[in-house]
Amino acid sequence: MAYLFLSPWILGATLLTIGPMVASLYLSFTDYDLFSAPTWVGFDNYATLFTGDERFWHAAGVTARYVLISVPLKLGVALAVAMLLNRPRKGVGLYRSAFYAPSLLGASVSVALVWRAMFSTDGTVDRVLAAVGLDVGGWVDRPELALLTLVALAVWQFGAPMVIFLAGLKQVPRELHEAAAIDGAGPVRRFAGVTLPLLTPVILFNLVLETIHAFQAFTGAFVVSSGRGGPSDSTLLYTLYLYQRGFTDFRMGYASAMAWVLLVVVAVLTALVFRSARRWVFYAGEDR
Amino acid sequence: MRRVVWHGGVLVVLLVLLYPLVWLVSTSFKPAAEVVSTLALLPSKPTVGNYAEVVDGVGGYGVLHYFGNSLLIAVGAVVGNVVSCSLAAYAFGRLHFRGRGPLFGFMMITIMLPHHVVLIPQYVIFQQLGMVNTFWPLVLPKFLATDAFFVFLMVQFIRTLPRELDEAATLDGCGPVGTFRHVILPLLRPALITTAIFTFIWTWNDFFSQLIYLNDPEKFTLPLALQLFVDQATESAFGPMFAMSVLALLPIGLFFLAFQRFLVDGVATSGLKG
Repeated sequence: MAYLFLSPWILGATLLTIGPMVASLYLSFTDYDLFSAPTWVGFDNYATLFTGDERFWHAAGVTARYVLISVPLKLGVALAVAMLLNRPRKGVGLYRSAFYAPSLLGASVSVALVWRAMFSTDGTVDRVLAAVGLDVGGWVDRPELALLTLVALAVWQFGAPMVIFLAGLKQVPRELHEAAAIDGAGPVRRFAGVTLPLLTPVILFNLVLETIHAFQAFTGAFVVSSGRGGPSDSTLLYTLYLYQRGFTDFRMGYASAMAWVLLVVVAVLTALVFRSARRWVFYAGEDR
Repeated sequence: MRRVVWHGGVLVVLLVLLYPLVWLVSTSFKPAAEVVSTLALLPSKPTVGNYAEVVDGVGGYGVLHYFGNSLLIAVGAVVGNVVSCSLAAYAFGRLHFRGRGPLFGFMMITIMLPHHVVLIPQYVIFQQLGMVNTFWPLVLPKFLATDAFFVFLMVQFIRTLPRELDEAATLDGCGPVGTFRHVILPLLRPALITTAIFTFIWTWNDFFSQLIYLNDPEKFTLPLALQLFVDQATESAFGPMFAMSVLALLPIGLFFLAFQRFLVDGVATSGLKG
């Protein structure tokens, strides 16, 4: 009987998840252009990826930079604003919703287009900076700055982790703060000694979620660079390069190999974060 | 006094944050000459000309055509997710069957799986079925509960419902199907609504899958039409482009205003991504 309820999911899991996973692992060892049958090439795709493809390493580097800058920045802003909103004042609910709004809109092409316009030459950002004497020109046209527009787009969507932080902050018992205050701890000591340790499980949760998410960022890079990853490949995120290889060059075997490399990297990183969590995540009611 | 400073500070941050959206809406009402040339936030003479232009046509079709395509896919995805995920969630949350633990564990793993690792074989499957350049690849998977996150969300919710209700239904002669229909489903409503709203918004905003599966402008959705537009556009077409962007964000904005409490609480309690 249970399997009746489960049958759509089982069908999806086998036909659209497990099957394709196995198939893409197989395809990663082949040459496949979608139109003729795949031909087995052994480890050729992986060998080319790691030793013969500069753009692969470049894309990996761009993605690493994107993840390393955007995730901590986004979580930092999210925590700071959550701290600001975490008090019993009128209007907090409304503010919380307003700060969350960009998280719903930010993944859209529309917002990416706004970003492209605001960060281009003579766009809003350029003019505002020029007005204060910083003449940098359009960010999206400069290889050393283009990636930062994508970082800004990611950080702009700090609302979702902020809401999760707020929920976590509500769990911090008021008595602990009062006790620490009586012992003479100032706001900074109380934050570092009480709030932060009790918040570590939520930080871990947000960190894992945002990291996995950041590795798969695509739309912003595609729209800002018209699908090319420019200027000078500076916004060539890993997923964008994978898309180009698979769906522009029709090198499906190669793109499958890239997908598996991505899976392994994300899985290993997630595992490492969870392992390290034993040392820095503090669960209330547990002795350290 | 401290209260005033606090509100002031929050509002300043909020203003910076929402500035791009205000800029977008105001630019969409600017006459062509003002779109790129001025820094002034407000149009000197507001016009709906940009909107009239996109309603007339972009890439051969009026914006309403693309709007309709997006809507069709989003509604299909919502129905698919609500039906298939609630069925699976009931099985995982209430029924006993062989292999429940491992299967549930597997489902949890699929939530974290990068989509790219199944992308290409899925594309090959839909190509073999002759479904590329149709809406099926974007809707059909939802009927097979591939958005496992929502299954998890509903399982969590079902676990909070008292089991006595199921037992009472069983005493009244309900089998699993009856219990699901008459007991679980009505109580599951909040989780179903959360699922429906988020599925709608994510599908509406989705770009990657639509980019891959749809290649005929007749089938294009709003995000694809926008992308097509920007590649063809000269500076004079920026006004209409932003008008179209506003139209593309409008349903999400309305959903947000109507359900903001629901959405934000959904994120707070389950860690839903925005």
